[in-house]
This record gives sequence, structure tokens and C-alpha cells, in this order.
Amino acid sequence: MPNDIVFSAKNINKFFGQGKKTVCAVNDVSFDIADEEIVSIVGGSGCGKSVLAKIMLGLYKPDSGSFLYRNKEITNTRDHWNDVQSVFQDPFGCFNQFFSIRSQLKDAFGILKDKPSKQEIEQRVDDALLAVNVKPADIEGKYPFELSGGQMQRMLLARIFALKPKVLIADEPTSMVDACVRANILDYLMKLKVDLGMTIVFITHDIGLAYYVSDRIFIMHESKIVEAGKPEEVTQHPKSQHTVRLLEDIPDINREWIKK
Amino acid sequence: MANILEVKDLSLHYLTRFGQKINAVTDVSFTMKQGEILGIAGESGCGKSTLVNGLMGLFIPPLYPTSGDVSVEGESLMNRTPENVRENILSQKVSMIPQGAFNALNPTRKIKDIAADVIAAHSSAKSINRHEVYARLRERFDLFGMETERILNAYPIQLTAGERQRSVIGISTLLNPKVVIADEPTSALDVTTQKVVIKMIFDLLEKNIFSTMIFITHELPLLRHVSHNIAIMYAGEFVEYGTAIQVVHDPRHPYTKALMGAMLSADSEQKSRKPTTIEGAPPSLTKKIVGCRFAERCPSARSECKQKTQDMRMVGERLVRCDYAE
Repeated sequence: MPNDIVFSAKNINKFFGQGKKTVCAVNDVSFDIADEEIVSIVGGSGCGKSVLAKIMLGLYKPDSGSFLYRNKEITNTRDHWNDVQSVFQDPFGCFNQFFSIRSQLKDAFGILKDKPSKQEIEQRVDDALLAVNVKPADIEGKYPFELSGGQMQRMLLARIFALKPKVLIADEPTSMVDACVRANILDYLMKLKVDLGMTIVFITHDIGLAYYVSDRIFIMHESKIVEAGKPEEVTQHPKSQHTVRLLEDIPDINREWIKK
Repeated sequence: MANILEVKDLSLHYLTRFGQKINAVTDVSFTMKQGEILGIAGESGCGKSTLVNGLMGLFIPPLYPTSGDVSVEGESLMNRTPENVRENILSQKVSMIPQGAFNALNPTRKIKDIAADVIAAHSSAKSINRHEVYARLRERFDLFGMETERILNAYPIQLTAGERQRSVIGISTLLNPKVVIADEPTSALDVTTQKVVIKMIFDLLEKNIFSTMIFITHELPLLRHVSHNIAIMYAGEFVEYGTAIQVVHDPRHPYTKALMGAMLSADSEQKSRKPTTIEGAPPSLTKKIVGCRFAERCPSARSECKQKTQDMRMVGERLVRCDYAE
């Protein structure tokens, strides 16, 4: 069902704190994300991009405005997570140290309403591991602390491959790893996107990454979306001064960045 | 001009409790002159952080020096106890800016008290007047153009990430160290804050608060702008060492080429250019390695590569550890 609207936000606001200390994390934000689209939300720290991600996951409810997932409000988060899954920044924070990785990958199926049979789960975990270039035998009986950061990040992706969600929210999925591993992870994600026809929302502060992967880029600044558009438009002909600033601050090898 | 920092054939190893020896750093040599910034890049687990400990002379088991020497202004840092290093070397000769500013600051103490503790721990005079320290701190923070009073009287949690990182840099450089080692000082910051922090580092160098700096990161485009020279590390060895422009714009070692190919940028050519990926993992460092360490993953490896150990050699005006690099 391409061209269906997956997420539809209308004038949503999210506040934290009370009285004088109220902080506005998301201020009057509206957007639509279509099926099978890759959208990147780019912004500096504290601009509200992670709060927006949590709203999409149903972890926060907007204080005002309407936020719809496939034309319905998110009421039951368990049902919501059947379709929408996420990859977080810190893979070590996402796995329990006391259980083996394989058992945790299998446990992830508990979220699904129609849980597959035991045999099918084993099969899907194996397939998912192969999809991220890890031999199932390599992680047999291993615990999270025995793997490197890059391998752990792949385990998070393997979980996504196994669960096959319809929508993926990736919150800084590659900030912990170096350039070569990052290119690998992006390769897997793109493969996954094509295989499953997934909608992906990237949350990142790396505009280079956003430019490379996405169909549309949203630039966030101080809780507002200040610019939205095709990657070429946003990076080549930025309209907002915040976008210009963000582009200027990226160290690029071919451009004067800072005076020595 | 005399060299500030001299590192000669430094090799370091870890000894695990099962008696296994891991040769984390092998034969690293370089020198640094007044005002120089050296960038070190490499993937996670290649020995960057181990090298940092070695450069401070801080050998806490299971880390041991295998061979080689590190000297700052002619004074060797080797063969010292950790206590001796803390009293005489750290903060005064060699200082380190840690990766996560938040983890480096005690959450229950104000910035000014943390700074006073650091000075007390690293100076030979044990009794130190707190008010004197505060005065010195104020002077230094004013120099950075920070909101001195607010920041000094704040707890770490009350500051933004950028302010915390700048405070940490301020505290680490309080005793005018000769060499500052920054281990991923900006990886937790967004691009705008990163720029502010880098500007502050340049400012400090210009005002001669420290003499040389080693900047460790895996972001090569950043290194291109920050450092004068760049060393690329792979599996415990330097594989390429040259000026920033040489290494970034014209890499010669296959590993550096792959690293540069994997960069993503926001320019218009990016869409048509697929970032390179290298399959496989670096070799295990527990055994003696024969042949080139990158041969397994190298796209242009020849059959000889796996037998013949490669040495650093001059290619153009830089050092490359590959016999076939032109």
C-alpha cells in the first residue's frame, strides 16, 4: 500500500516540567510520512528530535495536537510495537548483560501478537544473523559483553531483521561506530528496506548520512521543524539560516572549516 | 627546535589473568614539536586508547610496556610507579581530556571543587590554598570567554554538554601541561558545539597554555581541519603517517584509502558514490603476526603480503607501511 500515510502529525506540542520551569520539547510540529519513505530528522543536541522519535514509538503522548499512526491514535503500545520498532544509539544499553544474545533475540518475538512456532523462531533468528553477516555459530552461547560495539550494533539490526516491522525508527544508529562499519550497517538497512518495504525514520545529527540515505530531510531547531524537503534542495539550496549554520559546522575535507 | 614529545619504538601489551599476552601496540615512533597537533585515527579496538595510557607513562596492570621509550622534553616517562606518574607527570607534563565529560566530573561536587581536587592531587605541594586555586581558575576561565562565575559554582548536571566539555578542558590544562591528549573530545557533541570546543582548543594552543596536542578520533574530516599531521592506526601499528592534507586528500595505504572511501558527506557527488566497506575483522593480537596485518582485508593484497612483514617506508613525503604503495 504505497503512498499511504504512516505517521501524520498535526500541530503537536510536548512540554516537560511545570510552571515557570516548563520546557517545550516539540513546538507546533506538523508533518506526514508516507509508506516506504525514508525520512531523516536532523538537528543539534537538545532540539527535540529524540522526543519526536519517542512520540512516534508511542512512549510519549503529545500534550496537544493530533498524532496518528495509519489514521488511528496510538492507544495500545504493545499493538503499536507489532508494527513499529526501533534501533537505539547505545547497543549495550539495549541488551541484558545476564542473558545470552541468542535467547534475547528469541525473546524479542514475545512482542508479536501471532507468535510464530518455536521452529520458525529459530529459523528466523538464524536468517536474521546471516543477513547482518554474522554466522549463527559465532554468537552461540555468547553474552553482550563478549562482543565489540560494532558487532552489538549489528545484533540490534538482526533483531529488526527477525521481527520484520513495517516501520523502523532509528535513533542515531551509527554514532558509536567508525566509518567503515557505518557503511556496512547502512548497507544492511537499505537491504532490509528493499526486502520488507519498510518505512524508516532516521534521527541523526549527521547531515552527510541523512543526505546519503533519505528521501526527505527535516531540519529541527529548538523544538521546531525549520526546514523540510528533498535532500538535494535542503543541502544545496538551504532556505533556513539554521540549516545553513548546520551545514557550515560540518567538517568537510574540501572546504575551509575553521581558521587555524 | 627541540622536540617536546619523543616516542621511540613503543610497544605495549596486556597480560590477561590466564597468562595470555595481547600485543595491543607495536613499534610506534613519532616526535612532536612546539605548537603541533597530531591526529590519530583508526577503528575501535585498534589500540588508540592503549597508546594514550602508554604516552602518559601510566602502566596499571594488566597493561605493561614491552619495549621502547616515551620522553617529554628529554625526560623519560618509563619505569615509574602509577603514584609517581600521578604526582609528577599527569596534569603537569602530560594531561588527558577524557571522552565523556559527564563521566569525568563528580556529580556531587561543584566545578570549582573538582578543579581544586585535581590540582591538589597532581602537585608536589600537598597543602594548597583553595582560594588561590579559585582565583587561578577564574583567571583561566575568563581567558576562555566563559561565564566564569556561573560555571564554577555549578554542579555538572546544571551545565550543557558543551559547557561541561569546555570545563573539563579548562581543568585538564590548568597546570600548563606540555602535551595534551584528547581522546575523542567531541564525539558526544553535535556539530555546532563541536566547533565551539575546537575553537577553544586552538585558542589555548595559541596562548601557549599547552605546547602540543594529540587528538584522537575516528572522524577523518574533522582531523583534516584540526591537526597538522595525521597517523592512521591499524591493529596496533601506525600504517600511514603524514601531513593532514597528504593523508586525507591523497591516501596511499589501502586501509587509509578504504577509510576515506567510507566517508559520507552532504555534497552532490555523494549520491552516485557508494561508500566502501571492508569485510572481515582485524587479526587477533594474541599471536605473533607474520606478514602484513591488513592483508586479509586488503582489496589489492598480493600473495607475498601474507608472508612478508611490512615496514614503514617513505613514499613521497610521508611514511607508509605497505611495500606496494606508490
